[in-house]
Amino acid sequence: MSSFARFIRPAIGAWALLLLIMAAPVPSPAQQINPTASSVNEQKLLQEMDRIQGRVSIPDQRSGVLMQPAGREWREFRNVALRWIGGVAMLGMLAVLVIFYLTRGMVRLESGRSGRTIVRFNTFERFVHWMTATCFIILAISGLNITFGRPLLLPLIGFDAFSEWSQWAKFAHNYLSFPFTIGVVLIFLMWIAGNIPSKVDLEWIKRGGGLIGHDHPPARRFNAGQKGIYWIVVIGGGLVAATGYVLMFPFYVTGIEGMQMAQIVHSVVAVLFIAAMLAHIYIGTIGMEGAFEAMGSGEVDVNWAREHHSLWLDQEMARTGPNDSQPQPRHAASAAE
Amino acid sequence: MARMKFLCDADRCIECNACVTACKNEHEVPWGINRRRVVTIADGKPGERSVSMACMHCTDAPCAAVCPVNCFYTTADGVVLHSKDLCIGCGYCFYACPFGAPQYPKVGNFGSRGKMDKCTYCAGGPEADGSKEEYEKYGANRLAEGKLPLCAEMCSTKSLLAGDGEIIAQIYKERVLKRGYGSGAWGWKTAYRETIES
Repeated sequence: MSSFARFIRPAIGAWALLLLIMAAPVPSPAQQINPTASSVNEQKLLQEMDRIQGRVSIPDQRSGVLMQPAGREWREFRNVALRWIGGVAMLGMLAVLVIFYLTRGMVRLESGRSGRTIVRFNTFERFVHWMTATCFIILAISGLNITFGRPLLLPLIGFDAFSEWSQWAKFAHNYLSFPFTIGVVLIFLMWIAGNIPSKVDLEWIKRGGGLIGHDHPPARRFNAGQKGIYWIVVIGGGLVAATGYVLMFPFYVTGIEGMQMAQIVHSVVAVLFIAAMLAHIYIGTIGMEGAFEAMGSGEVDVNWAREHHSLWLDQEMARTGPNDSQPQPRHAASAAE
Repeated sequence: MARMKFLCDADRCIECNACVTACKNEHEVPWGINRRRVVTIADGKPGERSVSMACMHCTDAPCAAVCPVNCFYTTADGVVLHSKDLCIGCGYCFYACPFGAPQYPKVGNFGSRGKMDKCTYCAGGPEADGSKEEYEKYGANRLAEGKLPLCAEMCSTKSLLAGDGEIIAQIYKERVLKRGYGSGAWGWKTAYRETIES
């Protein structure tokens, strides 16, 4: 029995093997060795996380990112969307201001000048304001140059001159960001007390702030419009500063995608900020009689204060009285007109 | 005119980094900058692949599109070059590039990054071909001497191919046909908006 089994077992085994080989499909040489079947695949990797990253043996580990096509959307934003957003915001604001000036004209002092003045902003406040304002204007021009310089200025002055100017503009943009940021922080701290929204602001807004019609709604030291500007400066300035430093110190905070996002926030906030500041500059200069003095000499006419900041004037009068101990020839002369 | 391209056959790359070394040596690339690098994906796992990557000299190059001072130009051979005299080191090309090609000699020094440096396809820059100024700024100009980029020329497994796009695509197609597999031309879809069907 055992000898029979010894004979039959290999025979069955051989048959089984033969059947197995015949049953299996004949593999082609290519399929036999296909290392790509399990290998990493470009399209699949890109679909998974929109970038391909691996290991590099050189010291610069950031170069381990092989591919990140996200730059394409950023390019579209930078070359198309941003130019539209910025153009519409800034030219739109300019158009609104021109139309407003032509229809409404300068907001006049209705009761004329009293010849007596009251201190509105002290020297330190004015210094901070003008430091921030000067930096802002240079930052705005040098920033707009990056977005609008190539299509608008480069064809006029040529490659070499434009590159030279842009290089200096970039240095100015980087270095003036520091005093600008300090200015924004100081503005935040020194005027926060007067800029908390209150019920008076609702009334002020309801009555059109004296801009529409010839109404003079009561206001404390800062009216709702000024509070708006304050918060635009604090929040907008904070955002452009934070995102600007992310771009100035690449890879300290974030990678390429983060920097693309930072540039998007930086530029959109910046162009809206510029549009808002155009309105601020307008109302502080040609838009309203007697307004520039607040940041110029620091003293405003009492009648101006009564018309535009009645509650603040009452408060100040109760505290110190008007600043009429000094002779006021300039103001007296203009009041006599 | 030829349309110069790079093609890395990832199934052949053995991650020897000779292309990286050759590039650094040929152009005396500054310390800390690598115009070409080899990235290993899924390192140590089954299906691992290494890809040698540099500037791909894209069609409709993103770097050129976003540059605020328009310092990029494309040669008749389709090579994307830039002028270091015009570059202001703003970093925009580096946000836009899908391949991480642009690099700066002084990263993070209050934004004064210095002039951008990237692969020139061994074609120098806007200065006179083979001049000392060109060599100092951009490295050797092999293309002007009728030679192809050194990285591809000395690749030991001929994984990295450089030359006219149609010719290297044909070589790659034949390889794939003969050996029966291929993981595709890495980066071609992003750079040239085309793939090599195999």
